[in-house]
Parts: sequence; C-alpha cells; structure tokens
Amino acid sequence: MSKFVLEVENLSASYRKNIVLEDVNFRVKQGSLTGIVGPNGAGKSTLIQTLLQLHPSLTGKVEFFNRPFNKSKQSIGYVPQRGSVDWDFPTNALDVVVMGLYGKIGWLKLPSRAHKRLAYEVLEKMDMVKYADRQISQLSGGQKQRVFLARALVQDAEFYFMDEPLVGVDAATEKAIMEILKELKTNGKTVMVVHHDLQTVEDYFDHVLFLNKTVIEHGKTSSVFTTENISRTYGGKMKWAMEEGSHVVDTR
Amino acid sequence: MSYTAWIIVTASLVGLSCSLIGVFLILRKMAMMADAISHTVLLGIVVAYLITKELSGPHMLIGAIIAGLLTAILVQWLNNLSIEQHASLGIVFTTLFAIGVILIATSVGNAHLDVQHALMGEITFIPWETVTIPVLGKIPEATLLLGVVLLIVLICIIAFYKEWKITTFDPALAASLGIPVVFMHYLFMSLVSVTTVASFDAVGAIMVVAMLITPAASAYLWTDKLITMLVISAIFGVISAIIGYYIAAWVDTSISGSMAFATGIIFMLSFVSSPKHGLLAKYTKPMKSVV
Amino acid sequence: MWSILASSNFQWVLASTMILGVAAGMVGLLAYWKKQSLMSDALAHAALPGVIIAFLLLGEKNLFILIIGAAISSLIGAFLIQWIQSATRITEDTAMGMILSIFFGLGIMLLTIVNRSAGGNQSGLDSFIFGQAASMVKSDVFTMLILTLVVILIVFLGFKEWKIYLFDPQFARGLGLSSKGMSVIYTVVLVTTIVVGIQAVGVILIAALLIIPSVSARYWTNSFFCMLLLSALFGGLSGIIGTYLSAIGKGWPTGPFIVIVAASFFVLSLVFGKEKGILVSRLEFNAQRKLLNSQTNANANTLDSKGVH
Repeated sequence: MSKFVLEVENLSASYRKNIVLEDVNFRVKQGSLTGIVGPNGAGKSTLIQTLLQLHPSLTGKVEFFNRPFNKSKQSIGYVPQRGSVDWDFPTNALDVVVMGLYGKIGWLKLPSRAHKRLAYEVLEKMDMVKYADRQISQLSGGQKQRVFLARALVQDAEFYFMDEPLVGVDAATEKAIMEILKELKTNGKTVMVVHHDLQTVEDYFDHVLFLNKTVIEHGKTSSVFTTENISRTYGGKMKWAMEEGSHVVDTR
Repeated sequence: MSYTAWIIVTASLVGLSCSLIGVFLILRKMAMMADAISHTVLLGIVVAYLITKELSGPHMLIGAIIAGLLTAILVQWLNNLSIEQHASLGIVFTTLFAIGVILIATSVGNAHLDVQHALMGEITFIPWETVTIPVLGKIPEATLLLGVVLLIVLICIIAFYKEWKITTFDPALAASLGIPVVFMHYLFMSLVSVTTVASFDAVGAIMVVAMLITPAASAYLWTDKLITMLVISAIFGVISAIIGYYIAAWVDTSISGSMAFATGIIFMLSFVSSPKHGLLAKYTKPMKSVV
Repeated sequence: MWSILASSNFQWVLASTMILGVAAGMVGLLAYWKKQSLMSDALAHAALPGVIIAFLLLGEKNLFILIIGAAISSLIGAFLIQWIQSATRITEDTAMGMILSIFFGLGIMLLTIVNRSAGGNQSGLDSFIFGQAASMVKSDVFTMLILTLVVILIVFLGFKEWKIYLFDPQFARGLGLSSKGMSVIYTVVLVTTIVVGIQAVGVILIAALLIIPSVSARYWTNSFFCMLLLSALFGGLSGIIGTYLSAIGKGWPTGPFIVIVAASFFVLSLVFGKEKGILVSRLEFNAQRKLLNSQTNANANTLDSKGVH
C-alpha cells in the first residue's frame, strides 16, 4: 500500500495581511496516521482548512485520491476544534452524530431509523451510549470530543482530518480516541491529526509532518522525529523543544 | 368573521411566521440582522413604489426581498473587508433606512406612504381592504398575503429542516458534507425579508422585530430540542398577538406596540420561571440539592 | 430657504448638530472598540418610553426633563441586556434585539395615548422618532450644547485611560484603574450622547452617528488619538452638512440627511483610506502575490539548473 491519497503542491495562504502558509509541498500515503506538529501560529489549523477549502488559498494545487477536492468531498471527514460550534444549540449527542450523515441522506429527506441506529452504534463504540439523549452543553470536554469523533466516524470517510482532538480531554478519552485512530489505520483509512504534545508523537503516529509556515520535514516518525528537526521547526523555542525531545528519547 | 376576529387572525399569522423564522435567527446569532432588515425593507418598498407608482402586494414583496438581500450582501461584503459584524450591520441598515426616509420625504410626499405607518403599522385598517377568494370568500388582502407567506415559511422549514439545523449548528461541517452553506444563508435572508415585509403593513417594523426575536428567545429558555423550540416559539408568537390585541383594546392604544410589549411579558415570565434556565430555578435548585 | 439659513435660530441649531456630531463621533469610537456599536441602537430605541413618561408626568415639553427620562429608560434597558445575557444562555445580540423592540413597542403604546389625549400631534413628541433639528428652540439648544460639551470633555481628558481600558481591561485594573468605574462612566457618556441626540436625529438613526464616523476614522490612521480626532471631525462635518441639506426642503427630517453625509464619508474612507482602504489593500495583495509567484519561479529555476548540472 503505497498509493498517494493526498498530494499538495506549492500551497500558500494568507490571513489578513500576513502570509501564514508558503510553498507547502507534501504527499500522504494511504493508511498512514500522521501527526502535524509545529509551534503556535505555524499554520496547522489553517493548513487543514485550506486543504478543505474552508479558507482561501493564494496559490497551489491540492488533490485527494488524484481528484480535485470538490469531487472527493464525500470521502473526507473533518473534526474541527471543539471551540468552533455553539454548545448551547438545542440538540443532543445522538443528533450531532446523525448530522455526520446529512450529506448522504440527501435533500428533502429526514434521517431514517437506520441512520439513527448507525449513529447509535458509533456512539456505543465511543462508549457514549448513556449520554445519547443529553443536551450537548452538559457533556464534559472529553465527552464532547468523543461525540465529534463519532460524528466523523459515522461519515465512513476514507480520509480524516482532526484539529487538536486531544486538547483538554481526560486520559481515558485520549486513550479511547487513539484506539479508534489506530483501528481506522488498520482498516486502510488515512488520518491526519494536528497535535501539540511532542512527548506522545512517537507513540501515537507513524508519520509526522513538521510545519512552520512551510513543511520543515515530513516522513516516517522513526526517521524524521529527531531533535534536530524539532529545533528547526520550533526555532526560537529551541531550548524547550530540545528538552522535550530528549525527554521523548529518554522514555523509550 | 367579525372585525376583531380578523385582526386577531392576521396578528396570529404574523406571530406564527415570525416566531418560526426567529428560532433560526437567534440560533444563527443574527437577531440584530432582523432589526436591520426590518428597517431596510422600507427602502425596498419605497423604491418599488417609485418605480410602479402603486402599493400592491407583489411589488412590495419583490422590492423588500431585494432590499433584504442587499442588506445581507452588503453586511457580508463589509465583513469580508474586515469590518466587524456589529459595525458593518450598523452602517448598512442606518444608511439604507436613511435613504428610504429621504426618498419618502422628497419624492413620495405623505400621500400614500408614510414612515410612521411603516414603523408602527396600522392593523386596524386591515379588515376593510378585502379580496374575494373562490373557496374562502371575502378575506382581507393583508391576511391572505400573510397566509401565503406562512405557507412558504412552513414549506421551507420542513423541507430543509436538517439543512437548516446543520448549517446553523456547524457550517464548517455542513460545507465539508457538500451542503451549500452560502445558498442556505441567502435563502434564509430572503425568508426573513419576505416575512418582514408581509408583516410590515399589518404591524410595522418594530413589532416584526419583537415577534422575530422575543418568542424564540423565550422558547430557548424552555427546551433543549430544536423541534420543541420551534413549536413553543410558535405558540408564544400567537399568544403574544392575542394578549397584545386585548391590552391595546383595554387601554385604547397602538395594537402593534402592545403586541411587541406582550412578547416582552411572555419573555419576562419565561425568564423568571423556566424550569431549566429561569431565575426561580437558579435560586431553588441549590436548596433542593441541600435537602 | 436663505432666510431660514440666515435666521439666528438656525445658526444655533447648526451649532448644536455640529457639536452633537463631534460628541457622537468620539463616544462612538469608544463603543466601536468595545465591540458594542449596535448597543447604541438598542439604547436609543429603549429611550423612547422614558421620554414619553417624563412628558406625561410633567405635562410639558422641557428638553432637560425629557432627557432625564430618556436616560433612565436607556439605563434600565442597558441593565436588562446585561442581566439577561449573564443569567441565561441568550446571547448579547438577541438580548439587544428584544430590549430594543419591546421598549420601543412600549414607547409607541404610550405615544399613542399621549397623542390621543393631547389632541393630534401637538405634543411634538413624534419628532423624537425621526429627529427634527429645526423644531428646536433656543433653550433646547443650550441644554444640548452643555451636555455634549461635558461628554466631549470627559472623553478628551480621560483619553489615555480610555485607551488602556478599551485595549486591555485586565491590565488597566493592574494599574489601579477601576474597570467597573470606567464601565459606568462609559455607559453614562454613551447614554447621554444618545438621549441628547434623539431630539435632533431621532431614536432610529442616532446609532448611525455613533457607528459610522468611528469606522470611517479607522481607515486613515493607526493611532488611537488621531482616530478620536478624525471620528469627531467626520461626525461634526456630517452634522453641519446634513443639517444644511435638510433645511433646503420644508419639513424634511434632519436625521436621515446627517446619516447620508456620514455614510458618504465612510464610502470615501473605505475606498481611498490609507490604512486598509480597498485601493491600498488591492495593491498590496497584488504585490504579495507577485512576490510569491516570482519566488517560487526562482526556486523552480534553481532546482532546474541544479538538475542540469
């Protein structure tokens, strides 16, 4: 399995006056689980949003499965940061998961019982069944994240993007999420995750993409996750990153 | 039907359409957009009048939809030019409204159209201007128009229920699922404009804003389910219309003003006594847990 | 028309709309940076019942008393908006929309009663809805002048305190500046400007005078102080020119004309402004794109030449 399912060429994007992504080039293999790491403001979220055309690109070409984004939309799942929606919205956990199916249900049709059952199964997998009827603002941070992940899983996509799914969740949720991601990988799905915790990169991801405005390094974790690359990416925060890096090496 | 009954029916139709649309308005955080559109619709009506020289339903509706969409588009445009939503909204609607008022003052005169009427409505005259419809018989023109608008609103909400829900809750996800978020936004703005203009003649701009926002906000305090929120909001809309009418009849004053005020009474009651989010619940809950 | 312009009353009116524009421009800038532009709209509408109740209690049209009534009613509105959004999950814009329409509805109810009992529109309270600067008498003008001057003075003298309060209230507190105190003063100057302005501009459009000049000023400078002066200048000019224009026709409302002039300044600023104006931004964007393209071409060229060797 060495098919490329995402090819990005010379991508750049700006936010207001500032260029936040510049000359981004990389290719992702099918069945890989990639961690995107980089300092704050490195353009990690913007990269995902630009790939999904939620943010305009200045230049560049993006192809999923050798097709442009618009033709491959249905096979791409996206888990945004938790802060991006209004948790006071009048809806419950099950309903949010069903929303992942709205694209497939089609116009003028309401979700059927089968759709709800499907959503229920995914919630079960995430160990969230007992919260299915709960209004979403009454869920904890970890539970919210599980609902978001369930909503992405129910889409049954081939390629998943997740923006910091492990921020602010409890240890049990973190473990559960990583289990699911590994399962996705073994099923041949491709996953890219914005990640902030350098200590866990080696345990969690088989590929890593160092990003700071542009791709600093990208490849198998075992070969590119080095102290040198970390300090190249984190630049001014080199000292901290070095310590962090050596810590990772120590724990092995 | 009697004169009073027609007024109550008309006002209830306003209450129904507005309170249903209002649920999505407040969930989309666009309450002030309703205020803006209710003002700019005036410009649409004036321009339509200046072009056609008559004040008939269809022309007014088209003028109003154009004005409403123009408002939404201009606000969006200024917003994209990095002017915050609150400021761009404030600039657009006050300017368009000012143009409307000036056009009335300079070229229309006070003969057929006056601003005060548009702002406060004159529901008392509605039963006099009737049209004859085959099956229904003689019904007031404004009531007919409002009935049609309610039908359009209902059809749009029911047909695209899940699309409204997802584009409101999580537009980014909706876009990634291939749902046309931008189209839905402008369709929604059109619905707001149509509802506003149809209600305009009967109850005036201010009452429209009250009816759009307040019943929905009150319903928001009672439930955590979208569908229930729509139903409660609709009920509150109708109740406000009826209470408003009787208050007006009792103290002999502006009906539309009283109806706006009545939505406020319902909100106050909800604010105090809603079981989940009300003030009483807030003060009694801790005590219960102690007991 | 010329006789109107020359009359001494008109000159007083002109002075008062000018100084109102200046005050609104300055206070509006504070509201803009507090992200509360629409608050001025809500509070202006909320002032209406207060005006009418003051009139009912007093039985005569004394601008000063009406202004006090308006201010009380606006402040109640402001308090309710704050309370609703802090006590429930209802958001600020929804709370503003509700208070605006309910208070205005109440105002219309009361106004209808007053007009009925006072016989037609003799009370002249209708002019509070659209503003009729020309109908102001000398005592009204004096009241307005004094109050707006006080507002201008407060904003001007406390300029650096405002700056820090708006930019970083936490830090301001660290410096010993009570942010609660500043909030109170802010609300008071905002409400004063609004209620003073409604006689001339009307409750519906006074918000424009607070919002539009402040946004226009943003396009010319990055210094808060210059912005304050520019905003005041735009406001003042809009007041003068708008009042002149509305004096041309008989019975033309003043408010809308002032707003149109302010909006024209805004459009000019939006297009030609030297900070983030459309023209300047377009030029910058093109330059940026060109630079990027030439860079990538250069990279490609160097790669190519490496490949050849």
